[in-house]
Amino acid sequence: MSIGAEVPRDRAKRLLVGRGRYVDDISLPRMLHLAFVRSPYAHARIDAIDTSRAMALPGVVAVFTAADLDGAVSSWRAAHKLFPTMAAPEQGVLARDVVRWQGEAVAAVAAESRALAEDGAEQVAVEWHELTPVLDGNQALAPGAPVLHRDMTDNLAYETKITAGDVDAAFAGAAHVAEEHFRFHRHSGISLEPRGIIADFEPSESRLTVHQSHQTPHQQQDLYARLLGLPEHKVRVICPDVGGAFGLKHHLMADELTACVAAKLLARPVKYIADRLESFLSDIHCRDHEVHARMAFSREGEILGLHVDDLFNAGAYGQYPRTSIAEGNQISRLTGAPYRHENYRADLRMAFLNKSILGHIRSVGHPIACAVAERLIDLGAAHLGLDAIEVRRRNYLDDDDFPRTSTGGVEFEYLSLNPCLDKALEIIDVAQFRQEQAEARAKGVYRGIGVATFVELTAIGPEYYGEGGQHISAQETCLLRLEGSGTLRCYTGATDQGQGIDTGIQQVVADVLGLPLGDVEVISGDSALCPVGGGSWGSRGAALAGEAAMRAATTLRRNILSIAASLLQKNAAGLTIEQGVVVDTASGTTHMAVSEIARIGHFQPYSIPEGVAADLTVVERYATRDRMFLAGNGLQIAIVEVDVDSGIVMPLRHLVVHDCGRILNPLLVREQVRGGVVQGIGAALYEELRYDPDGHLLTGSFADYLVPMAGEMPDIEVAHIESPTKTSELGAKGAGEAGTAGAVGAILNAVNDAISPFDASIAEVPITPPRLLRALGRF
Amino acid sequence: MKAPDFDYHRPETLAEALDLLARHGEDAAIIAGGQSLLALLNFRLAAPERLIDIGRLTDLKSLSEDHGHIEIGGLLRHCDLQASPLIARELPLLHKAIGHIAHPAVRHRGTIGGSLAMADPAAELGACCLALDGEFLLVSLQNRRWVAAADFFLGVYQTALRADEILAAVRLPKRRPGSIGIFDEIARRRGDFAMAGLALAAQTGDGGLSDVRLALLGVADRPILAGKTMAFLEGRPINEARIDEAAALIAGEIDPPEDPAYPPAYRRHLTGVLLRRALLELCS
Repeated sequence: MSIGAEVPRDRAKRLLVGRGRYVDDISLPRMLHLAFVRSPYAHARIDAIDTSRAMALPGVVAVFTAADLDGAVSSWRAAHKLFPTMAAPEQGVLARDVVRWQGEAVAAVAAESRALAEDGAEQVAVEWHELTPVLDGNQALAPGAPVLHRDMTDNLAYETKITAGDVDAAFAGAAHVAEEHFRFHRHSGISLEPRGIIADFEPSESRLTVHQSHQTPHQQQDLYARLLGLPEHKVRVICPDVGGAFGLKHHLMADELTACVAAKLLARPVKYIADRLESFLSDIHCRDHEVHARMAFSREGEILGLHVDDLFNAGAYGQYPRTSIAEGNQISRLTGAPYRHENYRADLRMAFLNKSILGHIRSVGHPIACAVAERLIDLGAAHLGLDAIEVRRRNYLDDDDFPRTSTGGVEFEYLSLNPCLDKALEIIDVAQFRQEQAEARAKGVYRGIGVATFVELTAIGPEYYGEGGQHISAQETCLLRLEGSGTLRCYTGATDQGQGIDTGIQQVVADVLGLPLGDVEVISGDSALCPVGGGSWGSRGAALAGEAAMRAATTLRRNILSIAASLLQKNAAGLTIEQGVVVDTASGTTHMAVSEIARIGHFQPYSIPEGVAADLTVVERYATRDRMFLAGNGLQIAIVEVDVDSGIVMPLRHLVVHDCGRILNPLLVREQVRGGVVQGIGAALYEELRYDPDGHLLTGSFADYLVPMAGEMPDIEVAHIESPTKTSELGAKGAGEAGTAGAVGAILNAVNDAISPFDASIAEVPITPPRLLRALGRF
Repeated sequence: MKAPDFDYHRPETLAEALDLLARHGEDAAIIAGGQSLLALLNFRLAAPERLIDIGRLTDLKSLSEDHGHIEIGGLLRHCDLQASPLIARELPLLHKAIGHIAHPAVRHRGTIGGSLAMADPAAELGACCLALDGEFLLVSLQNRRWVAAADFFLGVYQTALRADEILAAVRLPKRRPGSIGIFDEIARRRGDFAMAGLALAAQTGDGGLSDVRLALLGVADRPILAGKTMAFLEGRPINEARIDEAAALIAGEIDPPEDPAYPPAYRRHLTGVLLRRALLELCS
């Protein structure tokens, strides 16, 4: 059985020895390099652009402004039909009259090398007229604020309200209301490999070939075809090795599309690699929410009601084609979701600001939804003198509650909340920790423990983007091709950006077919070769592409056994395949190798009677029906130490108990969860995109934008509960959001527990040393 | 993020390098380990016409001692000093500080002369040299001069180095019987630029500390001596009340620059914390 086995991934070995092939490793003949002139202002009018001095430089081949690209490429609007009232201002490849964030591109220089292109960019003269920047949601939505977009009357991108039950009555009748004002600052998903693209246009065939560090090759194929006016089958998007993505690389980015237009206009390959500074300036950002939340409790700790008011500080535009709404919507939908409560209200206001576009980065909205509810539970329990873990248990949705649609409107097939908690408490002895904590406090050492329960929305169904009007496939198709030698090629629509889904799919196919793992090769990340699929984002690979692979392998297995049965004059039902050999199921007698069947099937097909299902290349598809998401769940416990003199927080121990249904490969799941936790700890303690009062980014390098480093990270323990979903044969749910979803809440609670002797609390992340010391009143 | 075009020279001898500097000083930048300069070039914050790579000047790679001093060639890398038994034995303060410099990759390229000449206010080595009352040998084609660390640092990235000079060597007094050296800093993550740091050198004796030199990093536009606190500590025994007083004094005597991430009050507080820790270490 290879499903569930701890199989190291082949790709990892190649990447570790330095044989990765990323976009920047690819060089095409006659290739040009692109550099951008980016706005130095957060908000400014462009009065004139003079490109003549840049054009005159040796090595510079072309300089483009928005006007130069008119007619060559279309603009777009990030709209979503499920959110019809959401504003969707028009965006183009280059800013035309107004720049709306520092770093927005206004001109592109194509030259023989990147250095020459940057020389050219320095020589482009832009006449700016500075406008007042709008830098946070409160300012953006205040009366009289400058309005970013000319077809809007204010900066309100979207506003909505969800209500269930009678919230006012619940709060009126509560024994206690826990209330907190939270601030989750802006950060991003930081990939080792920045965004990058090589666009190559062949004018005689009107053919565009793109190599891109991306998560969704088919989505890009569709977008490039439509925006550039090319027939879709003439556009091919290839994703070579991708060095991390985290949601940064599943959008249309204006600078990347500019490279495609430039290639088309110049009829030469054009490479654009985002450098680190322009990544910070122009990548998709995430979070940036100000949340005021209240939770009503009975004296016994029952959650009576919950009210969440979220001010979502979005960017200058919605991200395209998905829009940015999910980062707000998932907070409205998910806060308090693991708990049984009937009276719920969520208010969401989303504001456009003069900052880079903000959108879907790993664990979209989840970390905030989780942290808000988990912090309120700790606050409520402390006030009521109850044990916070018992308060959780008391309110958890239990086995009898499922299936259930939450008050926030999320459908749960099943959540294993109590089993996860039980397992966590087996691993971490909380009573023992409390004793150690007391002993440490007596010595002036402040440690804390924090618990966070989370649900994880994975494997999004086709209704979300299908109904939204986006051309984003939530359906996965798998093509299997048995080669003449009996080895197998598997073509999938999922992509591998380091998470190892290739190996998971390889295991599914090998397992179903009874082939040695090494006989199966998974091919992904090529929009021309692979069946139309959605790529990898939102924890969809295992659940959707895995299920499609299982279906295809089941069909191929049937065909192999049909051929074998006809050749052997036996009943196929009595045959099976083990280690690449057809054997008698009952006796285990060896009959013939799959390689022999492949040889006959391909080269002596006349040996197989008509009417036998003898296709050795098969395709099967899988799409869910009637559900938006597959929900997983889990629990995290963080133990931290706070240096109350410096304000530095040291994570000491971190446990995740997680349920993603059937596990294809525990190694891969643990890696996903650990990586997610590290990103969550980054959000909780380190990562922040800071701006000055003029909207200039202050954190443009890794010296100022701090990412979590191995030296500061605790050991991250991962344990599993396996509750397979019954909606698929395979039973897998997604696993990519879990670590990030819960870590912020767990760390926030742990830090607050650590400083509880000082009667202080903090509700702002990242918890920087000055913020923490200020909360402690130390300076 | 690619450097603008520049000419590149790689002299084989110090004389050749000084000759190049004499001719091109104002338009040239010296490159040693490149740990700061390369980033400045790639960000296009610096655009010298030419780089003079002094990496091959073996004259600047010597480490020597006389009866009272250690002389460190400007091109010795942080890792060279960290691995040197002589440095560990005779300059424990410096040895301890080097462990705080960035990460191994940086310590394997970065040089002592490069770090001092760069004059980042948060760098460890400047504060150490100041605490140890070190001197720097600055050489040009025409001239050699020794400049005290206290006279060398003029501001953020600004030093007494002239455009035609190379920082050839650093001269530091060996530790004496009864001398102590404490280095400590507080950084967000291991290897980060410190938010505040302290290098304390003194003689211990029955009457408490003497010859106190207390240098700070990361709290001003350059490494600075905390003069009032030094005077307060001089010649008195240390006890708990005095530690509190000293911590309050040092927090009051510095004036860290405005920084939205780490406000001046926070750096003042941290400096007090560091001094308290250092003095408690002395007491124990």
